[in-house]
Amino acid sequence: MRTVIFRTIAPYLAALMVLFSIFVLLRGHNEPGGGFIGGLIAASAFAIYGIACGVAAVRRAISFHPMTISGFGLFLATVSGLPSLFVSQPFMTSQWLYIHAFGVEVPLSTPMFFDIGVYFVVVGAIGSIALGLEERESD
Amino acid sequence: MPLFGPEATLFAVLAPFVAAIFAPAVTRHLKHNAAWVLAIVPAVVFLHFAGLAGLVAQGAVFAPSTDWAPSYGLTLSFYIDGLSSLFALLISGIGTFIVLYSGGYLKGHPHQGRFFSFIFMFMGSMLGLVTADNLITLFVFWELTSITSFLLIGFDHLRMASRRAALQALVVTGGGGLALLAGFLLIMGLTGEANMSAVLASGDLLRESGAYPVVFLLVLGGAFTKSAQFPFHFWLPNAMEAPTPVSAYLHSATMVKAGVYLLMRVQPVLGDTELWTFVLPLFGGTTLIVGTLLAVRQTDLKLMLAYTTVASLGLLVMLTGTSIDKAIEGAALYLFAHSLFKGALFMVAGTIDHEAGTRDITRLGGLRKAMPITFAAACLAGLSMSGLPPFIGFIAKEYLYEGIWGEGGASALLTATAVVGNALMLVIAAAVALRPFTGVKVETPKHAHEGPILLIAGPVVLSILGLLFALTAHWTGETLIGPTVGSILGEAHALNLHLMPTHIGAPLFLSLITIALGVALYLRLDALRHAMFRLLQAIGWGPDKGFDQAIAGIVSLSTGVTRIVQGGRLQVYLVLTFAVTALALLVPPALTGSWPQVPSVPDFRFYEWTVLAIAAAGLVAVLTARTRLTAIVSLGIQGFAVALIFMLFGAPDLSFTQFMVETLSVVILALVMTRLNLAPRDHRRVVHRVFDGAIAIAIGFGFGALLMQITELPFDSKLSDFFAEYSRAIAHGRNIVNVIIVDFRGFDTLGEISVVMVTGLAVLALIRVRPRRQREDVAPATEQPVKPAIKHKEAAS
Repeated sequence: MRTVIFRTIAPYLAALMVLFSIFVLLRGHNEPGGGFIGGLIAASAFAIYGIACGVAAVRRAISFHPMTISGFGLFLATVSGLPSLFVSQPFMTSQWLYIHAFGVEVPLSTPMFFDIGVYFVVVGAIGSIALGLEERESD
Repeated sequence: MPLFGPEATLFAVLAPFVAAIFAPAVTRHLKHNAAWVLAIVPAVVFLHFAGLAGLVAQGAVFAPSTDWAPSYGLTLSFYIDGLSSLFALLISGIGTFIVLYSGGYLKGHPHQGRFFSFIFMFMGSMLGLVTADNLITLFVFWELTSITSFLLIGFDHLRMASRRAALQALVVTGGGGLALLAGFLLIMGLTGEANMSAVLASGDLLRESGAYPVVFLLVLGGAFTKSAQFPFHFWLPNAMEAPTPVSAYLHSATMVKAGVYLLMRVQPVLGDTELWTFVLPLFGGTTLIVGTLLAVRQTDLKLMLAYTTVASLGLLVMLTGTSIDKAIEGAALYLFAHSLFKGALFMVAGTIDHEAGTRDITRLGGLRKAMPITFAAACLAGLSMSGLPPFIGFIAKEYLYEGIWGEGGASALLTATAVVGNALMLVIAAAVALRPFTGVKVETPKHAHEGPILLIAGPVVLSILGLLFALTAHWTGETLIGPTVGSILGEAHALNLHLMPTHIGAPLFLSLITIALGVALYLRLDALRHAMFRLLQAIGWGPDKGFDQAIAGIVSLSTGVTRIVQGGRLQVYLVLTFAVTALALLVPPALTGSWPQVPSVPDFRFYEWTVLAIAAAGLVAVLTARTRLTAIVSLGIQGFAVALIFMLFGAPDLSFTQFMVETLSVVILALVMTRLNLAPRDHRRVVHRVFDGAIAIAIGFGFGALLMQITELPFDSKLSDFFAEYSRAIAHGRNIVNVIIVDFRGFDTLGEISVVMVTGLAVLALIRVRPRRQREDVAPATEQPVKPAIKHKEAAS
């Protein structure tokens, strides 16, 4: 599978897919998309990059162990449920904050951080399975 | 919450637990002298309950309560009446001396601090058990005493015998505890009350209920295992593997009496029925005789005492089981007397062991000069145990004889049992108190000398108390025993206690017979022991052996079941899972005839037909694929077609996800395939193909039918309408699916992503496992498509 064409194009393709996955993640609240699907796209980006350039390259590129990323996601998702406790509302009640910056209104919300957490969990878990399988293939 | 008065009971119960935390640190600094400091805790607790006991004697009943988990209706409520106050005094009072004794007994032991910690944990649990009002709280403390007992019996955990004894005690008492929990739940269901005080006020409700026998048996299951009644008595002698302070405290004075406590506690609501007055005396009496006979057979001081403890518990159960006022008086008195003399005698036995190096009576003798104070304490306690005047044991025996004599029915049998049991008890008491000290001096492993103050304080004080309480019999009856009897009977009871019998009657003559019989048997003790030894050898089997057989049976049963159910072949697992699912889907409609109606051919547009055709083509491609890799990729065709269908019918999110899942599963399956070095082609025999195909078709058909049946139901749009209306208004999002996932049902999602992560970890672990014999089992020719997974599993194992 390691043709020159594939190896040349894979890094760009993977980068585009990761970018697209973030776009899908962030638009999720109003348009089709969200953390799950975004995470799957990013995980397949890593899988493709791994097949083309080897697992070691992917591991270097993402710096952290995929399972660490997954754990961080779970942590982020859990923590995003906490702010509501400070305003005496039940765990995971959504909180919204509107920030005006550069003349644009940016809505920030706890569900968004929750969704980002979901994204990381999926990227990490699926990515580590894929990378684990690819790695065994090469040894 | 005040620091004094009944409300402080919570602190009194918690104090030992706090002491348990600090005990190791204190012991590290003060060595064995830490006992002096630590003993202050139970002493203060004792003072607390002593203060309450004065008020209880005047008829007061306390029920202080603190919220624990209010949402579940759980409260930390206590109930202090005569019975619990007597028990609490015994636990904290004897506990004080046990702590001192432990200081001397385990002097220099590297884990003395840990030992103190365990003892305090037990003390707190036991105090909680006897003062708890809420049934669930009571149960929790009940099991805590089992657990702490496990820790203490297994304290010397390097010895196999200790570990076995600890485990045995835990299995027996813990198992009984589960029966008790069931019994408590039934009681709560029947009476609608969660508190013992309220249950006790329910009168005849439980007795008249149809479930009475069940409640009775379940409660009995808890009480009999805890209080070592025949045939569950075997764990108690084995528990003598524990250090002597533990034997003196848990396995004679307090914990084993928890079962008796429970029976006495529920006597007002469960007692005085035909079942009660038959079963309890029967088992109690049997335990009494069996216990004393087995005690006679022993030569080890601790084991002799242990078996008489079993016997005494039997006597208490027998007396409680009569539900006769006078007999209950005897039971309460005997319970009190037993804790004092048995605690003292155990500590005497431990002191002898500690100072002389052995506790085998055939290797002991003539220690009276070397250990005069211990000898004196042993004599006082022994006299009380023998039931001789002027000791509390004598009064107890007088009252219990009076209680069971001449009551008609099985009275004669009960009296005979009690007389024989007490006579044998006298034999043991004399043997323990006299044999090691009198006669010719025997050379002992250690050069014997008097024990230090820490060791002799306990036995001396407890044995003297046995005398003092008897001399002040009137006061004892009024303040301690009277209120206890009142609680057991469930009505106020005035007890006028006399040291000397007020009249010359049957009890006195029965006492004389007991003493005469006992002395006669003591003189022939060695012959008696040999006779018992031969008898037991002839029988050959005992519940102790039975326990081992039962455990071995359970182990081999579970091994057998595991071998059948968990054969280790993933192929079998998959076939079973799919076959059972297919049956679950197909059998109910086949039985009830509720098949869905055959739908009419829908009015699809041509591109919709095209998508369906692609899906079908994908299936054909899977079935006709020449290699496995092709089959896996072809499966993706069908998946993408389904994703297209979702898209066409207005579920973009679902379709999007389906595309990605399909892609990733093809990638991962292909990776697994290549990773496992399988033969590229599928070489199943035709029979197997047909069989697997049949299962596949059945499950597909079943799911199809199920889905069609569901869609036949009228669609309830309540939820959809709710989400459509509020996802924008409340959650500020237009994508309903996403809003549901991250906001409305966010908590579910949190659970799901946790599962995703754990699954990832598990798969990673499986991948990382290296095969033990790499390459040895290369795929044979007759492989089947589920084989990749099997290979995987085999590699993992």
